[in-house]
Order: sequence, then structure tokens, then C-alpha cells
Amino acid sequence: EFRRFSLERSKPGKFEEFYGLLQHVHKIPNVDVLVGYTDIHGDLLPINNDDNYHKAVSTANPLLRIFIQRKEDADYSAFGTDTMTRKKNVLSNVLRPDNHKKKPHIVISMPQDFRPVSSIIDVDILPETHRRVRLYKYGTDKPLGFYIRDGSSVRVTPHGLEKVPGIFISRLVPGGLAQSTGLLAVNDEVLEVNGIEVSGKSLDQVTDMMIANSRNLIITVRPANQRNNVVRNSRTSGSSGQSTESSLPSSTPNILGSLLQGEEESDEEDIIIEDSGEPQQIPKAAPASESIESLSQIELLHEATQNGFLPSSEVNLNHSAGSVSMEYEAPEPGRKSLEEDGTIITL
Amino acid sequence: MRRFLRPGHDPVRERLKRDLFQFNKTVEHGFPHQPSALGYSPFLRLMAIGTRSGAIKLYGAPGVEFMGLHEENNTVMQIHFIPDQCQLVTLLDDNSLHLWSLKQHGGASELREEHRFTLKGPPGSPPSATQVTAVLPHSSREVLYLGTESGNIFVVELPSFRVLEDRTITPEAVLQRIPEDNCNRRFCELVEALREHPKNADQILIGYSRGLIVLWDLQNNKAIHHFLGSQQLENLYWQRDGSKFISCHYDGSYTQWPISSDNRQSEPLENTVPYGPFPCKAISKIYWQTTKNGLPYIIFQGGMPRASYGDRHSISVIHGSQQTAFDFTSRVIDFFIIFSSDPAAEFDDPCALVVLAEEELVVIDLKSAGWPAVHPPYLASLHCSAITCSHHVSNIPLKLWERIISAGSKQNIHYSSMPWPIDGGTNIAPDPPQRDLLLTGHEDGTVRFWDASGVCLHLLYKLSTVRVFLTDADPNDNMNTLGEDEWPPLRKVGTFDPYSDDPRLGIQKIYLCKYSGYLAVAGTAGQVLVMELNDEDAEHVVDHAEADLLQDQEGYRWKGHEKLKTRDGPVRFEAGFQPFVLVQCQPPAVVTSLALHSEWKLVAFGTSHGFGLFDHQQKRLVFVKCTLHPSDQLALEGPLSRVKSLKKSLRQSFRRIRRSRVSSRKRRGGGGNTSEVQEANAKFDQDVLQEMELAPVQRKIEARSAEDSFTGFVRTLYFADTFLRDSSRHCPSLWAGTNGGTVYAFCLRVPPAERRMDEPVRAEQAKEIQLMHRAPVVGILVLDGRSTPLPEPLEVAHDLSKSPDMQGSHQLLVVSEEQFKVFTLPKVSSKLKLKLTALEGCRVRKVTVANFGSCKTDDYSENDLAVLTNLGDIQIISLPFLKLQIRYPCIRKEDVSGIASCVFTKYGQGFYLISPSEFERFSLSTKWLVEPRCIVDMPEVTSNNHVHNKSGTENAARKS
Repeated sequence: EFRRFSLERSKPGKFEEFYGLLQHVHKIPNVDVLVGYTDIHGDLLPINNDDNYHKAVSTANPLLRIFIQRKEDADYSAFGTDTMTRKKNVLSNVLRPDNHKKKPHIVISMPQDFRPVSSIIDVDILPETHRRVRLYKYGTDKPLGFYIRDGSSVRVTPHGLEKVPGIFISRLVPGGLAQSTGLLAVNDEVLEVNGIEVSGKSLDQVTDMMIANSRNLIITVRPANQRNNVVRNSRTSGSSGQSTESSLPSSTPNILGSLLQGEEESDEEDIIIEDSGEPQQIPKAAPASESIESLSQIELLHEATQNGFLPSSEVNLNHSAGSVSMEYEAPEPGRKSLEEDGTIITL
Repeated sequence: MRRFLRPGHDPVRERLKRDLFQFNKTVEHGFPHQPSALGYSPFLRLMAIGTRSGAIKLYGAPGVEFMGLHEENNTVMQIHFIPDQCQLVTLLDDNSLHLWSLKQHGGASELREEHRFTLKGPPGSPPSATQVTAVLPHSSREVLYLGTESGNIFVVELPSFRVLEDRTITPEAVLQRIPEDNCNRRFCELVEALREHPKNADQILIGYSRGLIVLWDLQNNKAIHHFLGSQQLENLYWQRDGSKFISCHYDGSYTQWPISSDNRQSEPLENTVPYGPFPCKAISKIYWQTTKNGLPYIIFQGGMPRASYGDRHSISVIHGSQQTAFDFTSRVIDFFIIFSSDPAAEFDDPCALVVLAEEELVVIDLKSAGWPAVHPPYLASLHCSAITCSHHVSNIPLKLWERIISAGSKQNIHYSSMPWPIDGGTNIAPDPPQRDLLLTGHEDGTVRFWDASGVCLHLLYKLSTVRVFLTDADPNDNMNTLGEDEWPPLRKVGTFDPYSDDPRLGIQKIYLCKYSGYLAVAGTAGQVLVMELNDEDAEHVVDHAEADLLQDQEGYRWKGHEKLKTRDGPVRFEAGFQPFVLVQCQPPAVVTSLALHSEWKLVAFGTSHGFGLFDHQQKRLVFVKCTLHPSDQLALEGPLSRVKSLKKSLRQSFRRIRRSRVSSRKRRGGGGNTSEVQEANAKFDQDVLQEMELAPVQRKIEARSAEDSFTGFVRTLYFADTFLRDSSRHCPSLWAGTNGGTVYAFCLRVPPAERRMDEPVRAEQAKEIQLMHRAPVVGILVLDGRSTPLPEPLEVAHDLSKSPDMQGSHQLLVVSEEQFKVFTLPKVSSKLKLKLTALEGCRVRKVTVANFGSCKTDDYSENDLAVLTNLGDIQIISLPFLKLQIRYPCIRKEDVSGIASCVFTKYGQGFYLISPSEFERFSLSTKWLVEPRCIVDMPEVTSNNHVHNKSGTENAARKS
């Protein structure tokens, strides 16, 4: 399918608008696409932000050839240097996808598609024997995939060694999020869930807490294997024994708490369907004067951002992560027929 | 986080909280679990029941109750009141003795443990030497005689429990006085019974297990008489005048013995095997009661023919030619007779037989012809069929209350009119502030209405839904039909019947509108019945409708039970609640939620497949909504729990047994039944054990998804007149919450009253809210413009509530198992939330709005949420700001059935099951507290009681 349209070169506008325009022109609203163009060297380069969009428009000569691919079927290998010199190849690939004989490439997506699935956080404030891991659960695509069990661990107390009950990771599901991060392992002791200490809580309680926080789970563990720890500072000797006994710095839960609270607002929007219409996120009511809670939350979010614990980009990412379409994709019968082959080229 | 939000403690609020909230467990209703001992004081007219968990409970006149708990938690084996004292002694299975007394404190009596004591033998003696088997509190009130396994009888002083060693009655001393030829040491092993002579306090009767009975003179330390029975002895009883006594034996016989002054070894007067000639079971206890007309009452436990009736739990009463063997529904623990306690009276003149069976208390009126049962005012067997749900209604209007009582009284005509014979103590608690009803739904399809206003939970009325359906139960399967010439003359007494004929009849949800008298009940097989209170018997056809909740869902196969078959044609209903509409859900899955709006005449019901709305005025199904996720196979197929099916098969085997029992009566000898039960039990145990071993103690951490099982399970339904579409017009609405965190709101159009029959009720879906945390929605509530929960239907019409504020904006409160959320209406935006699970790891199990009044001033009260969590904690959360006010530990978190059974009242009280047969009542309010407060006075002994004692002691004095 080919479309031709004109743009004002001097005022190209933003990428978002351009993207919307493309969708409009091709009558494919709600379809995620990858946009690419051929530069003067014949390379197929992506357009996915304002910068490379402007670059593309400015290099148009005067025609800008834009390629649009459905995101799911995107052939990432097509991008890159010399792609257009192998034009025939590309075209045949694109036009006759059933002809694909190539090994499937490892898909490395566009920078905008990067989304963290896990991270180690608060390394600077935690004892080095502990690890605070954050798992991001997007939609329902991949299971969190781990199990916990009861067990006992040894603590150093003022009265000497003491055996105390603890919660441990008992199993990682192959292919699950927990396993693929490489940050959690069997027999790691769980110390906190989203900033709340688990000591004194039963296995069932900790299970409930984890599931309740599963959309944004932060667990602090003491890894069973302490050898991979990064040794920080010059503190070299006996650190592990020492830090076992010291409980977490008292300030951390608070910081973490504000972090969580700030974020949960974005990742936990409920959805409403009015009169069988389109699903929408439920907005927050304007903070009325009596709502002390919401007011203070906003302040805290602000504070947290200032402290730098909460990079603003992360907030944004989460915003998009909580998007509605992921949860509420109503099957539209008309969509399939729109593009049978999945790939569309615009010239 | 909450740390920051609590800006210090507001002292005013803290003070107010103290005036509003306090937690008390106030009283245990129902029948004690696993009773193990019974005692009675004719002097105090109080009854004592001991349990296997070491509890001891005293009961007198209705409202007079005391409870004590032994620290040891051991089984109470025996209870003995000290004659003419407010004291009693208990013997536990660890051989310890405990002295309890009722003392007045702050204007009310309290039961307290005073002393404890364990009998110690000389060093090196075997434990059996001091194992207490019989206890006799002497009428002098100074000593206890303790018979032991070794045959020694120890004497201990009261209240110090000092052993008076010089007064020990050893087997050797006894044998010295008995001719050697027919006695040896072995005859004096194990003291089975000790009985004081009714007229002479210096003589006691000692019964040894091997059959030797000795009348012992305490003053001179010698045997006056001895009696040698040929059979193993079970128990002894004196005739009132002390001229004869009666012994009962292991072989099912009893023997009368005369006390003659001349002959030192007597021969029996009469030896009878009442249910001979075939081998009989032991008679374990016997009473001999004299009457004016000369015919004694002989009352004994057991003695049934071993082969054909060995499994019966019976107590026989013989009075002249009248003989009845009362057949109890469970094992008899013990019994006593209430008779004239006036020692001057010439005759016993028994008036009542009180029997403690394992599962219920039965009192038989011996004065009235036919020996009818007496309706107990307390100790009701809540579990006569297993409780499946409960519903509490506060503040019942007097009119409805009277109508329910009148319906109930028609059911109770077969009870005796005798006033309750156990009437000691005085209830000094203030009258209950209001009339409260507790409705319990049972597995056998009945609903029981309990008066829950005060300390005595009393059955008012019993409703059965069985009549509407055709069940497999054989209508002629009545075990009470006995021919005239049947022998033994068994008569079934008691109400305990744990075997449901059809588990599908089980009641799962109850809703009673106290203003209109409409009642909706829903059950296990998807049946929903709407009933109306009618004061007369009536015969009518029940309108029947079916609600297909799956609608267009294809390719499912329901593997659960079938729906119940209905009876065609008119059905006769007795006065009371009579069904007029039956809706059956299809598939017939258990009804999981129910709501009734008596003003709009609508009933809403939900199952694991969806929910529906029925107009019970026009008798028309308004709509159904399927909530099922297409991939949810488990819900589609129905409950496949292995335990459940096993339970069912077990129940069936019990039913088989019950049937075969009936037939075996004709055969006279069908053993092997019990072995079948044992087998089934063993199999069940084994299975459960296996399951426990296999289950690894680990928990999966996985986010909930839309495809999880039972997400469509409808957990809550709620009617509200609120602003659903725009803020200018409010309209009736129906709200439903599912297990998967979805809330549906339907806008309803109910025609005005004058056209109510002409125009159909219409419904249209207006909103659907998906909670992103997908936890089950357990409560939905709309708050009016003043943030007050909307009143119940008809509450305003009856001037019992202010009309809701329809000017200000309404708010929607959605309670999931994990969070509380407030949204604005009609435009849904989130306003407030309180996270519970993410922060505390506990989940909401029960939630209700409760009104709390201040104990300081009458003019302040507020509405809060009372919440029970899965950890058994109760939390009070303020409305509308969702602030945690206070938290109390209430139920052990392991007690899953206790947590599941909890109901809250509208005024901050609650009930939960502490055993299958007992409700614990608790109160969260400072103002509404129902607890026993009673006083037991030492009866002013101007009566002859004292004379008797005096004469006793005088006698003693004279002799010494």
C-alpha cells in the first residue's frame, strides 16, 4: 500500500503528531507501527523521536521515503547500514514474508521500547550483603515465577547467635521474570517486601503482600550466594558478618515508602467503562480540602523526585506501562482484515 | 507511609475513640463442644457442665451463667457440688482435683478456682494407687472421700485438701471385717462408687468394681454390712429412707439390697435384667425415686440388648407399668434427676430427668403424662444440622417479632409446659436494649431464627425449605414410628441430626427485611426462594423461574450436582415464612451472593457464573449477566474438590447406615455397621494425611490475571438509589462485585407503585470498574452527601432513619480483600484508598458498617467499618476517610471456620463459631454489651436443709 502526502519542511512539528498523521493517512488507528526512512546513503533508519524525525525531514531530497511496519511483525534486521543497497533483498523479504529462510534474529528493540523488567535499587544505602530487587510486571505476558517457603536463618544479636524463622525463595519457574533477571536465586532470604519487613510475618502473610504488590514488587533479599557481591568502599574484612546483624538502616523504609507511594499512583489506575463505551483509566478526584492523604502524597512525590531517587523518566515509563489497551484489548474483528500480511510499505 | 500521615495523635479523637470502642468477648452461646462431665446442686439449683478442653460452665435460671477454665486444658471427668455450699470440686483426667467457688464481687457472682490438689501416694507406689475413681463430698462439708483404683479410700479435708491419713479406708481394713471364705484382696480393687447414707451421715456405702459392696461405719471404722454381687459393679443408689439400695451391673442387670440390722451379709431382694434375656450392655448409672403412690421410678442408663440395640444411647424410665427407653441422638455423658430436695419430705417425687448427651441437652418432664420434653431456654444445639451461614438483623420491630414468636410457638406444641426446672441464681443484667434476631442457615435446608437479644440464645422459629423440593429422602423414613408392642420401648428424643438428606438443600445466603417481613434464602444448588410471613397455614403453588446465567457461553459442561427437582402443584406450608417464588440458577452452582430490595420488590443473586435480577412482584426475570471468563474451566465445570466429594460419599455411607439401622430393627441383629463407619473414617483420615504430606510448604508468587480461576465468582450484590449517570437525577441501581476485582453497576427503572404491575422493570448496564489489583470485591457501599451510608430499603418509610442526602455528591466505597477505595459519583474518579494487604499482609474477610455510640453522651454516634481479616484481627476503619481507628486480635488465625462464620451486627457486636455448636459473642462497642451478670445467693437456710445437716452433725457428735 502506498500513500503520498506532503509535509511543511520548515515546520515539521513533533514526532507524535507525525506518527498520528501516518496512522490517519493509512487509516490504521490503534495499530503500533515502526517508522523508518531511507537516508541519502540508502540506509533504512528508524524514526521514533523528535530528533531523528527532524533529521529525516531535513535530509529529504525532496522526497522522503518512509517505511511503516507493524510492530509485531517488524523485521529489525532491515534497519541499519547498507540495508537499502541490499534493497532487493529487503523488498523480497518484506513482500514475501513466507520466503523467510533466515534464522530469527535476536530482537533488539528500539530505545523507546526499552522497558526495565528488573533493577537493583538502593545499592548505596543497603548493607552489601543485602540486595533490593525490583521486578516490573507488565500486563500478563510473563509470570513473576517464583515460590517462597518457611525456613530459619541465623542472626547475630547482642546475646550471641540466634536462630530465627525466615522466609526464603524456594523455587524459580524456568523462563519466569524472577529467573530471567538473574538477581534472585533459590534460598535467598526475603527480608522486606516493598519496604515492609517480613520478620514476624507468616508465609501466607508474606505471600499476600507480594501478590498485592505484584505490579511493582520490590523485595530485599539476603542472597544465599554472597560471593557475587560487589565489595564497596575500603571496608574489606569481616563485613558480611557485621552487616548480617545490623538491620537495615532505619531511614531506608521511609525513602522506599515514599518511592512506592509516589509510583503506585501511576501504576495502579483502575479502569472504568461507562455505558459500555471505551475503557478509560479512572482519574484521581481533584484533591478536595478534606483529603489530607492525597495532598501529602503529592508533596512526597515531589520530595522524592527532588532527592533523585525517582528518575522522572521512570515515572513516565510506568505511566505508559499502565496503559489501558494492554489490559483491555477488545478483539476487533475488522482489524485482522486490515493487513493480512502484517507488513505495509509506504513509498 | 502511614507514619507520615498520622500527624501525631489528636488527643480529642483519641479520647473519643475510648468512649466509642472497646473489645470484649462477652458470652458463649449454644452447646459446649465435647462435654465430658455433668453435675447438679439441688441446693443452688445450678447445673455444671465440664468439657474435654477443661472448661466448666454453670447454668441456672435463664441468664444465669458462669464459666471457668482449668489451666491444664485437661478433660473434666467428674463434677461434684459440695452439699449446701456455693462450691464445687472437679476431677480432671490428669487426676487433679480443683475446688471452685462462687463469690460475690462488685454486686455480681463470679466463679473462681480456689485450690488445686493432686493425690500423692507413698514413694514408689504405682500411679494407680492414687488414681481417683470416685469422689464423695461428705454432707459435713468438711471432707472429701476419694476412692481410687487401688481400692484405698482417702480422706481429704476441705478446703485445704489436706490428706487425713489416719482416716484412710484401706482394703485390708475392709477385708478384716468380712468372712475370709468368700473374699480376697482382689475383691477390693478399684472403688466404683461411694454413697453416703441418706439419713445417717456416719455411714457410707462403698462399691468395689468386682461386685463387693460394703456399708462402712465412719465413726468406728468398721464394716457394718457387706453385700456380694455376682456381677461387676457399675453404680449404686440409696433409696430415700436408707432401708434399701440398688446396684447396677456390667451385664445389664440391677439388684435391690435390703439393709437389715440383724444379718451382716444380705442376699439381694430382687435381681432384674430389664432388657434380657439376651446379653445386654452395662447399666452404668441408676436412680430409684419414691413417690406418694408407692410406685417408684427406676431410671437407668444403658442396659440395651447388646446385639440388636447395642449402638443406642438410651436412658430408660420405669414407673409401674409405664416404661420408655429414651433414645438419644448421641452418646449420653451423664444425667441427673431433679426431685424434692426437702429432706423432710417423705418421697422423692421426681419432676424432671436432665440428660447431657454429647451433642445436646435433653430435659424430660416426668410429671406430665407421656413424659414430654422441656424446651430448654439455653444450651441450644446450634449444630443440630451443620451451620452453613448466618445473618443478623438488629432492632426487630415488635410486630414482626411477635409474629415470628407466634409462628414458632405453633411448632413447639409437643413440648412440655413445665417451667424450666433448673432455676438457681438471679439474672441481674439489664434488659436487652433491643430485639435482635440471628438467623442460621443449615445444611439440611432449614433456617433457624434465634433470639439473640440477650445472654440466652433461644430458638424462636424454624423454617424448612425442603417442602418446595422433591428430594431423594424417603418421606417414610421416619425412625420414630414405633408399633405399640415394640420392645424395647424406644422413643427418639432430641433434635441433633447431622446427616443431611441432600447436601444441595444447604442454605448459603439469607436476607431478611425486618420492615416488610420478606425473606430471601439461597442455597447450594442455585436455588433462590423469596418468602413472605403468613400467620396462617396455607396451601399454594410456588412460582418457579429459571435463570440461565451462562447465556451464550458455548462449549461448557457442568460437572457439578444437578438442580433440585421441584414439587408440582400446590404445597402446604405451615404458618410462618412461606415461599412464593423460586428462582433456580442454571448451572445450579452454589449461590454466592444475595440482595433483596423489599421496596422495589427485587431480588438479586449471584453464583460463580454470573448474576441475575428477579422482579418478585411481577414474577419476571429482569436480566442476567454472565461474569465468567471464557477460559475459566474450573468454574464452568463446578466444584471438583476431592474433599467435598469424599464428604459426600461419607454422608451417603452414613445414610446407608441409618437406613440399615431402621431395617435392622426387624432383623434384630445387624452388626457390622460401625465397622463400615470406621472404615470410611479411616479412609478419610488417610486421604487427608496423604494430601498433607504431599503438599509442599511453599507458596507461589504470581500476579493475578484476568484468566485466573473463579474471577467471575460474584461476591457481593448491593442495591442503591444514587447518581449513576448524571448528578441531577438519581435512580435505583444494582451493584455487583466479582472475585476478579470487577464492579458492575446497572441502572434500574422501577415503575411507580401505581403502575408497578403494568410496566416491566428495566435494567441497563451503566458502569464497569476494573480494579487493577484484581482482588475479590467483598463489599460495595454508597455514601450520601453527608457521607452517611444509604439507609436500608423501607427504613426511611418507617421513619427509622433520616432520608439520605440527595443534594450533595455521593461516593462509592469498594472494599476488596486487599484495599478500601472511595470513588466519586456519578463521574467515577478515585478519591481515597487504604491499602491493607500490601502493607500488612492481611486480607479482608468480613466487612460491615456499624454504628458506634458514645458511652459518655447519648447524642453522639458515628458510622465506621468493622472489618475482620484473615488473620482473625478486627479493625475499625473510619468513614468516609478510611483511617484505621483501632485493632483487636479476636480469632486465632488458624481457626479458618471461626473466621468464616463471623457476622457483625449493625451496632458493633458480632458472633463467630468457636466450635460447630457454639457462637462466641463479642462486642466492639462501649455502649452495646450483652454479657451475663447474675448473682447466686446462699439460699437462706431456714428450710429443712439445714436441719438435716444439723441433725447429721448432731448425730455424729452424739456417736463420738
